[in-house]
Amino acid sequence: MRKTNNIILETAVKVLLFFIALYSVYIFTAGHYYPGGGFIGGLMTAGAIVLLLITYDIKTVTKILPVNYRILTAIGLLFAIGTSAGSLIYDLPFLTHAFGDVHLPLLGELSIHTATLFDLGVYFVVVGVTMTIIQTIGEDE
Amino acid sequence: MSAPHLAIVAPLVLSVFIPVFYRIFRHIHTGWFVLPLPILLFVYFLTFLPETMRGESFIESMNWIPSLGINFTAKVDGLGLLFALLITGIGALVVLYSIYYLAKTKEKLNNFYVYLLLFMSAMLGVVLSDNLIVMYAFWELTSFSSFLLIGYWYERDKSRYGAQKSMLITVFGGLAMLGGIILLYIMTGTFSVTKLISQANTIFNHALFVPALLCILLGAFTKSAQFPFYIWLPDAMEAPTPVSAYLHSATMVKAGIYLVARFTPVFGDHFLWFWLVTSIGILTLIWGSIFAVKQTDLKAILAFSTVSQLGLIMSLLGAGAAALHYEFLDENIYTVAVTAAIFHLINHATFKGSLFMAAGIIDHETGTRDIRKLGGLMHYMPITFTISIIGAFSMAGLPPFNGFLSKEMFFTAMVHVTEMDLFNLETWGFVFPVLAWIASVFTFVYSMILVFKTFTGKYQPEKLDKKPHEAPMGLLISPVILVSLVIIFGFFPNLLSDILISPAMASILPSLLGAGDEFMVHISFWHGLNIELFMTLGVVCLGIILYMTHSKWKKIYKAIPEKLSLNQFYDFLIEGLESVSSKVTKTYMNGSIRSYLVYIFAFFIVILVTTLIGKNAFMFDTNNVSTIGIYEVVLAILVVLGSICILFAKSRMTSIILLGAVGYTVSLFYILFRAPDLALTQLVIETISVALFLVCFYHLPKLRKFETRMRFRLTNALISVGVGTLVTLIALSAHSSKLFESISKYYVENTYTEAAGKNMVNVILVDFRGFDTLFEITVLAIASLGIFGMIKLRLNGRKEG
Repeated sequence: MRKTNNIILETAVKVLLFFIALYSVYIFTAGHYYPGGGFIGGLMTAGAIVLLLITYDIKTVTKILPVNYRILTAIGLLFAIGTSAGSLIYDLPFLTHAFGDVHLPLLGELSIHTATLFDLGVYFVVVGVTMTIIQTIGEDE
Repeated sequence: MSAPHLAIVAPLVLSVFIPVFYRIFRHIHTGWFVLPLPILLFVYFLTFLPETMRGESFIESMNWIPSLGINFTAKVDGLGLLFALLITGIGALVVLYSIYYLAKTKEKLNNFYVYLLLFMSAMLGVVLSDNLIVMYAFWELTSFSSFLLIGYWYERDKSRYGAQKSMLITVFGGLAMLGGIILLYIMTGTFSVTKLISQANTIFNHALFVPALLCILLGAFTKSAQFPFYIWLPDAMEAPTPVSAYLHSATMVKAGIYLVARFTPVFGDHFLWFWLVTSIGILTLIWGSIFAVKQTDLKAILAFSTVSQLGLIMSLLGAGAAALHYEFLDENIYTVAVTAAIFHLINHATFKGSLFMAAGIIDHETGTRDIRKLGGLMHYMPITFTISIIGAFSMAGLPPFNGFLSKEMFFTAMVHVTEMDLFNLETWGFVFPVLAWIASVFTFVYSMILVFKTFTGKYQPEKLDKKPHEAPMGLLISPVILVSLVIIFGFFPNLLSDILISPAMASILPSLLGAGDEFMVHISFWHGLNIELFMTLGVVCLGIILYMTHSKWKKIYKAIPEKLSLNQFYDFLIEGLESVSSKVTKTYMNGSIRSYLVYIFAFFIVILVTTLIGKNAFMFDTNNVSTIGIYEVVLAILVVLGSICILFAKSRMTSIILLGAVGYTVSLFYILFRAPDLALTQLVIETISVALFLVCFYHLPKLRKFETRMRFRLTNALISVGVGTLVTLIALSAHSSKLFESISKYYVENTYTEAAGKNMVNVILVDFRGFDTLFEITVLAIASLGIFGMIKLRLNGRKEG
């Protein structure tokens, strides 16, 4: 391991990380109406984790985030295929999405969309895939 | 989906649950969960008997790919039913036997039973499918499941060798058969066997008749281990004994027999069919029996004997096809060959199955199968001895067992061949009974060796791994049932004649039957003092003499040089193939990613330039072009500058950062052109890929020590400039040619109304073109698993450092 002193980066990351992570969640949820979506959101989350990786090292990061990214990928695929196949139950063609508006207390008018679930699948897959690749290459010593 | 369809796929469905049963019920042998299914299927298939006995058949079709004429059609007729009963009946006995043979603590039972069920489904599919393409698919599935079962103990070299050999030979034959099937389709426009048979005359006069016949026979001969393809069967004996008993004696190897029987109404009229099937059959019979005598391994003897017996059945089917030339049913003496073929098929399954199981018991209880080490086991294993002696005597063709009856009928059929006035048989016909007789002598000899070298003679406990004792009850049940059948069929052969043999004959020789007719089959024990009886007497006498003097004349085998054997030829072929293809591959696969990129881009240039010129597709149109502002000019200069700098960068780190800079600049273009989604994606992608490079650097410093600059290469320069120019040209033409209305208008109009979204790009991704996204993320997932596997497994064994 490199023994250089990168205290500035370490301190900055502690703050930055939350902003990036939060922003990536925002960009994911806003996707249907404003620029963003599962793909970009996922990449941005992966970017945040990569930033952590660069600042610390792989062992520390796996301790902080004990996620098996291959399983995350699988969950994402299940989400995507599940939402797509869900329409078959209602005798509609594969991948037909449903949407509607609901009124929630505090949050006000919200539109609910099955496409978001599909996008969540994309989000998980993108995070999972990116992190699997980076982690395996990074761990390879 | 009808009940027979379900019966075909039932083992497949059960196989899905086997690993679950194996995990949950560790203390119960997994075989117990499998056993009920073949029994149930056997009983179910028995209910078809009244129907087939009336000469009717059950046929039910399920659409699969109707546009190509491929449908999953289940047809249960006399022939198919006979095989289905064999598959499920022997299958049940084999599963029962395997429960006691394979220890639940040591073996990977989940794999074993999954493969076995896979095989059972495949085999049922082969014999009950009317559609040839479906039949072919199941046919190959039998090859695959056989491969898996032979290689079940995959840690042994010989298992892997045997599995590969059987796979290569049978799949080769299977592909030839597929060719034959396609030729038949070209001739008739149908894949249905039933329809093919009704168009037999059209096929017979077609120019493609002979190629189709040869292709189909190639498939049958490789599967049924006929000369010269039999070499895979002895090596397949590396499989666990239950598998050998099931696949490599009773069922799978008979798929070829089934195919020949099934196609007899289509091809049987032709002289080539008669000559090829009969003579290859006889040749295999005699070849196999001679080589069986040489073997010292019990299972090897049985393997060669199976080869030889399959040849016998094959030759009978060939001789039986000649009956088609005599268009009368009464007094048609040639149909006896077909009767004998089917009768012997059943008999062979019973006695060979029991012999294999007995061999397995001996192996299990003594630790060896080598007859040079065995001997004098009669007192230690009396029941196994009884099973073996009945099985072997039946195989040798001795009364009062069933083998005697079918052997007599075989002689009858072969003697009849000399009486035929077809295909020049008047001159050469005598060869058949003579060869048949010689082969029977050898069959007698190896049958005797099998029993008496094992059970009598000197007991040699010092050479055995274990102290021999009688097998447990469970192992004995299945072979005892089989030898009981050997005796029952021996005494009451006509139990079978009406219910199984006659309906099966009706499927093989349908043209000889008028409406409402059926074959009258009567098998009798005593035919009087005829030539067949004297042939049998001769076999026994000479056989005993040869057995007694076996030790003296077996040296003759050494006279055959090993180098000329078919196995040597096969090994030579495989090794040659491997070394030549490895040399060819190594000339262009040199392991350097640069070369691969050169190939890819060179190919890219050649293909696209040819298309551009060939289709006259290049176009340049300055209409509909937006103005170029100062920002675009600045960005373009930045991109070009960055790219050129990469070429001259001294260290890899610099070039990576420069590459990232170029990428960020491109994303600025997107912002200028008001594509925020693209810009965002590009930005994040650039960040991640630069980070990925950094991570690689951080963790793999040693691998990247050689940061020297590449020297200039003309080809590479040409290719890179070529790709750049080409892409520019294509982009210009794509912009200039408007062949149809752009789809973007549709998206603009429908994004909100149809999908309730305001971000068009995102709606396209998740809704309009959701399929693309679904498959893309699947591909991504597969790619990441691939990278994970490659790095973690290190299959190439190359360790860095």
